[in-house]
Amino acid sequence: MSWVSQTFTSTIGRKLLVAATGLFLISFLIIHLIGNLQLFKGDDGLAFNAYAVFMTSNPLIKTVSYLLYFSILAHAVIAIYLWFVNRKARGSERYKVSNANENSSWISRSMALLGILVFAFIFMHLKDFWYYYKFGGLEFEIDANGNRDLYALVAEQFKSTFSLVAYLVGLVALALHLVHGFQSAFQTFGLNPQKTAKQVTAWFSIILVLGFATMPVYFYFFA
Amino acid sequence: MEKGRNYTLHIWRQPSAKVKGKFKTYKVENISPGSSFLEMLDILNNELEQKGEDPVHFDHDCREGICGTCSLFINGRPHGPEKEITACQLHMRSFPDGMDITIEPWRASAFPVIKDLVVDRSAFDRIMQAGGYVSIRTGGVPDANAIPIPKENADLAMDAAQCIGCGACVAACKNASAMLFVSAKISQLSLLPQGDVERSKRAKAMIKQMDDEGFGACTNTGACEAECPKGISLSNIARMNREFMRSAVVD
Repeated sequence: MSWVSQTFTSTIGRKLLVAATGLFLISFLIIHLIGNLQLFKGDDGLAFNAYAVFMTSNPLIKTVSYLLYFSILAHAVIAIYLWFVNRKARGSERYKVSNANENSSWISRSMALLGILVFAFIFMHLKDFWYYYKFGGLEFEIDANGNRDLYALVAEQFKSTFSLVAYLVGLVALALHLVHGFQSAFQTFGLNPQKTAKQVTAWFSIILVLGFATMPVYFYFFA
Repeated sequence: MEKGRNYTLHIWRQPSAKVKGKFKTYKVENISPGSSFLEMLDILNNELEQKGEDPVHFDHDCREGICGTCSLFINGRPHGPEKEITACQLHMRSFPDGMDITIEPWRASAFPVIKDLVVDRSAFDRIMQAGGYVSIRTGGVPDANAIPIPKENADLAMDAAQCIGCGACVAACKNASAMLFVSAKISQLSLLPQGDVERSKRAKAMIKQMDDEGFGACTNTGACEAECPKGISLSNIARMNREFMRSAVVD
């Protein structure tokens, strides 16, 4: 069996694909957070709007963005497929009494549920900003540099209580998903993270997501 | 002498693989806290036989925690509430007087129920047959120190070889994944020079058989390691993943 078919057809190969796409998505989150911190520059969004133009026109970044869309879908599709395989492996008769909290954490057992919440969050988030910016359907204001004012759209969107709550719920799901998923990817790649590595990845995930959470909170309460 | 204890048992009864099973409730009285869990079931079966009823079937053999035959899912955990012991090493002092105890068979589609609490674990045997051996002709008995083995590897191989193949890892895992078992067997061989020769072939064959038997994938919850009566470490699963990746490159 060639290594390609081995990767796509075995449980461990599929796990490796989920882990690889997951790590790539985490690397995207880091860039996404650093870029979006320009919302706080205090220049009425001039830098952020210029950054949005760069991110949607640079050919290299456009190429990587297609890889990103593909990774989100691949990660979700393979993981959901494995979820069905795993459910079938338990069999039709399930345990009447299960004391799983004694041997594992709720987060580690709920990756599919958390992942679906994150996927729904990504869908909402893309619809709120990316869709209008890329495909139109909304009149953008023009900022002092002549760029479309995405900053104004962000500021307006987060004035809504529904958006604030929905984004915070989505971000909590993301944080929990990453607390297990980040270190889990290293285990899948055979690195066997120990206590310290697990704590570092967990705190990294929480701080990363707190960084994102500052944005809706800032615009809702302080802007 | 400590006072005997009374329990209400909820036990899975299933006459055969083809017939649908159900839970049945039994009372046992005046059980010594010093008796083992299996002795408590022996007492129940004695009473059932005297009444002319079918005794509760359960797997057991050595009753000293080294054969891997006993396999009871007790109050929601494989081998019951204590750490790093098998069901036969469990004693009734771990269960307070008057407690309800639910006893179920291992639940996995790869481990079909044969009768009551007895499941068919021959899937593990077929995984071993697929590659869990060393097929080199070893000749006569060599000197013990003829092949140098690093102490660290000898220890890790010995730790992995402690696996008794009871299937608690599969029973505990929410995905009914057999990866702790398979990884322990792959590790104990690939860490030693005799097993090194066939390691790629072995990893591929055993992992393929594991998938074909219908065991689930690993989601790194760690339930298997926490419930393993022999304390087999998750580091073995990491090693198996490395062996899998290595087998893609090195034949």
